[in-house]
Amino acid sequence: MDKDRNRVARSIDTAVLRDSQDEILKIEHVTMKFGGLIAVNDFSLSMKRGELVGLIGPNGAGKTTVFNVITGQYTPSDGRVLFDGDDITGLPPDIIVTRGIARTFQNVRLFNGLTVLDNVLVSYHSRIRSSFLEAVFRTKRHLEEEKAMRQNGIDLLRQVGLEHLANEEAGNLPYGQQRRLEIARALATSPKLLLLDEPAAGMNPEETRQLMKFIQDIRDKYALTILLIEHDMHVVMGICERIRVLDYGISIAEGSPVEIQHNQRVIQAYLGEEERAYA
Amino acid sequence: MDLSTFIQQLLNGISLGGLYALIAIGYTMVYGILRLINFAHGDVFMLATYFAYYLVGIYMLPWWLGITLAVLLAALVGMSIDRVAYRPLRNAPRISALITAVGVSFLLENGGIVVLGARPKGFPRPEIMGKVYTLAGASIIGVSVWVPVLTLLILAALLFIVYRTKIGAAMRAVSTDMETTRLMGVDIDRVISFTFALGSALAAAGGIMWAFKFPQINPLMGILPGWKAFTAAVVGGIGNIIGAMLGGLVIGIVEIMIVAFLPWLSGYKDAFVFIILIAFLLFKPTGFLGEPLKEKV
Amino acid sequence: MKERNFRLNLALIVLIALSVWWAKDRLNPYILRVLNTAAIYIVAAVSYNLVNGVTGQFSLGPNAFMALGGFTVALLMLPLPQKEMVYFLQPLIWPFNSFSLPQWLFGLSLILAGLVATAGAFIVGVPCLRLRGDYLAIATFGFGEIVIVLANNAISITNGALGIKGIPEYSTLPWTVGCAVITVLFIRNLVNSSYGRAMKAIREDEVAAEAMGINLFRHKMLAFAVSAFFAGVSGGLLATLITTVSPSLFMFTMTFNLLIIIVLGGLGSITGSTVTAIIFAVLQELLREVEAPRTIGPIHIPGITGMRMIVFSIMLILLMLFYRRGLFGKGEASWDGLFALPGRVREFFERLRRKEVKSWTRTGIESHDQ
Repeated sequence: MDKDRNRVARSIDTAVLRDSQDEILKIEHVTMKFGGLIAVNDFSLSMKRGELVGLIGPNGAGKTTVFNVITGQYTPSDGRVLFDGDDITGLPPDIIVTRGIARTFQNVRLFNGLTVLDNVLVSYHSRIRSSFLEAVFRTKRHLEEEKAMRQNGIDLLRQVGLEHLANEEAGNLPYGQQRRLEIARALATSPKLLLLDEPAAGMNPEETRQLMKFIQDIRDKYALTILLIEHDMHVVMGICERIRVLDYGISIAEGSPVEIQHNQRVIQAYLGEEERAYA
Repeated sequence: MDLSTFIQQLLNGISLGGLYALIAIGYTMVYGILRLINFAHGDVFMLATYFAYYLVGIYMLPWWLGITLAVLLAALVGMSIDRVAYRPLRNAPRISALITAVGVSFLLENGGIVVLGARPKGFPRPEIMGKVYTLAGASIIGVSVWVPVLTLLILAALLFIVYRTKIGAAMRAVSTDMETTRLMGVDIDRVISFTFALGSALAAAGGIMWAFKFPQINPLMGILPGWKAFTAAVVGGIGNIIGAMLGGLVIGIVEIMIVAFLPWLSGYKDAFVFIILIAFLLFKPTGFLGEPLKEKV
Repeated sequence: MKERNFRLNLALIVLIALSVWWAKDRLNPYILRVLNTAAIYIVAAVSYNLVNGVTGQFSLGPNAFMALGGFTVALLMLPLPQKEMVYFLQPLIWPFNSFSLPQWLFGLSLILAGLVATAGAFIVGVPCLRLRGDYLAIATFGFGEIVIVLANNAISITNGALGIKGIPEYSTLPWTVGCAVITVLFIRNLVNSSYGRAMKAIREDEVAAEAMGINLFRHKMLAFAVSAFFAGVSGGLLATLITTVSPSLFMFTMTFNLLIIIVLGGLGSITGSTVTAIIFAVLQELLREVEAPRTIGPIHIPGITGMRMIVFSIMLILLMLFYRRGLFGKGEASWDGLFALPGRVREFFERLRRKEVKSWTRTGIESHDQ
């Protein structure tokens, strides 16, 4: 059924979607405290369908914490998160992902001992209809579900260019492929909103260029809205339409890549001398 | 039930609870740092009583020397267990270290049975512990006076070490964030070794005092107190030293009160500890003082 | 290929059935007993592995679940006159004092044993598995101790420390081996399904699994409950094999034995647990000799009780330190792997001759999932 959804989504002109003004994500005044430490302070953000937004800031600025609040790993101390009009604040991660928000992790978190294909298949599991007893007794319904799952998984791997590695153990893949697989695994949950946490970290320039193209491809192909944390300014400036800057848990600027590059506060807080030369 | 029996039993509970607290601290410190349930901890408690038994009872060392040596030996055993069995597995899946811990525990218990003998041994008692004091008309045996007093002193010394010394600060830092502490140039392995030594020394002190109270020792004597002490650590909030003390007291008092006031249930007193554990996990999983342990994402 | 594997599996089961049918009246009682024990270990170990190996949760509870199963079967199957005789300290409580199941309902009693054990699994699992699961070890261990405390104290149900004697000897080879085959098939199908994949994902990375939509609690609980069910069945089989149950039969040592089996076989490998369960049953018999006192001429060597357990604990520690993957790793023996074996052995010696082999672990009989 997810296949159908993808097909439907693909058939609609993604440009129309992007132009429509409805908000897919709205974060309202979120604050996240750990003991005495305020990791994120009064953070608000709204994203339109189809947007590609960058979230940048120095280390420890609270970017990943924002992701963890959106995906339910953390329940915010204050504020709320609306997705597709529903309040999803405090829902557990496994429910939030079924609503249509998927993520990758800063330090790749694959199921290393499983094959590449199995990594992707795990994402389909929450939509399985047959019970575990049907699985044990191999009922027709279960076997059909497994077959459909497998087919979808292989299709997806083909689309992201990992089909030839389907039976490799995920932990044995080279780093760049692991990043790609992690994105594929997130895509398998059929998300509407994809959160990418430093996807280019540790990549060489060539891998980074491929990644940028890959992100733009999947956004068009799956009609995704993407929120991206990244330190590599080439990536952020190259593909994001809008950028938000966090520093010490507080939003200090927002704007187009050009605006951000010339924002004095950002330059002071974050970019520093050498980055200014780049700008 | 009159007030004086109640107070008498309460004191007994506190006295027993103090011993649980001493063991619980070792569990909670190790768990706080390594997220490892050190199953062998209860067996270090047992070994210490045998060290004291041989040093004092057989080799006739004076009490102060025998106990000091026994505590030091136990600390050494605790450190060695970490060095040999746990350290090589620091980067392995957590279940590996847990399995090894169970293996070490079982080895110490069965090694004890083979080497020390399965039959219980009578533990000697220093004179002061057997002396009977008369206090406000009630007579109290020395153990009931001195064990709580000693426990209190040891706990105070521990708090001093943890909160007022450099190594204590390092321990707290490692348990908050091991990676950052490593980056600050702290030798993590040394801190962990010290934690094992300190925890084992406390358990050893607890074990020897336990043997003063219940002067029969056997190779399996560490299992139940060890398990109850871990429960105490959970009740108090795992990772929190003050919590472990508090949890120890609660478990000790509950146990004594059940035996004293509901004698027909005394056969089930261990089951009550289990019920406490389950109740806390259900309704207050962070215990009295613990903070939620969230995995870093 | 799939078709071929299915036929080979079927052939293997028929072969097992025929050998059981042949062996049950022909082998001597001692050998039969070892075989029965091995089969019961298979039921217990393969199901235990589902929690510890496949799902990566650390349970120390199988002895408790086996105890629940063992006592359930004993209470259901013990003949009425025997019940009157056994319970002389305190009479057995109603309803168990008023009935006894006939032999043809033995299968039912095993299922009930499994269900009682599963109920126990929910008591421990619900509080522990909702959290990150670290406390499962300590709670299951405690549960084991408590079940023994209860068994010692609830005399009007369990007859206390004396235990229950004279249980009919229903655990014949067809029953034990039959149960072993059913357990292996059940758990294999579960592990190879989408549910098993979810469990393995939890083992590999809980945070990621949850972020991909896996309900952690539900899947851990599923593994734990299924595992407890079969542990209960194995306890029931054990009770009707040795014809007595007592609290001491289900002490922690039982769990420890199973732990050795699943670690040696490879955490997560069903074939591994099956093979090592058999090895262990035999090894245990052989090591029994070590402990037995013996007199050679004028010299009397006293038996060293506990020696076996020392050997086993050292073995467990060494395995964890130096050979963590176990015999089969996480993989399964498959027909493909078996047929490829001669070739791989040849290749191994070929490479050995060229001094290219770094470690034995690179070639083994393990292979991919079927």
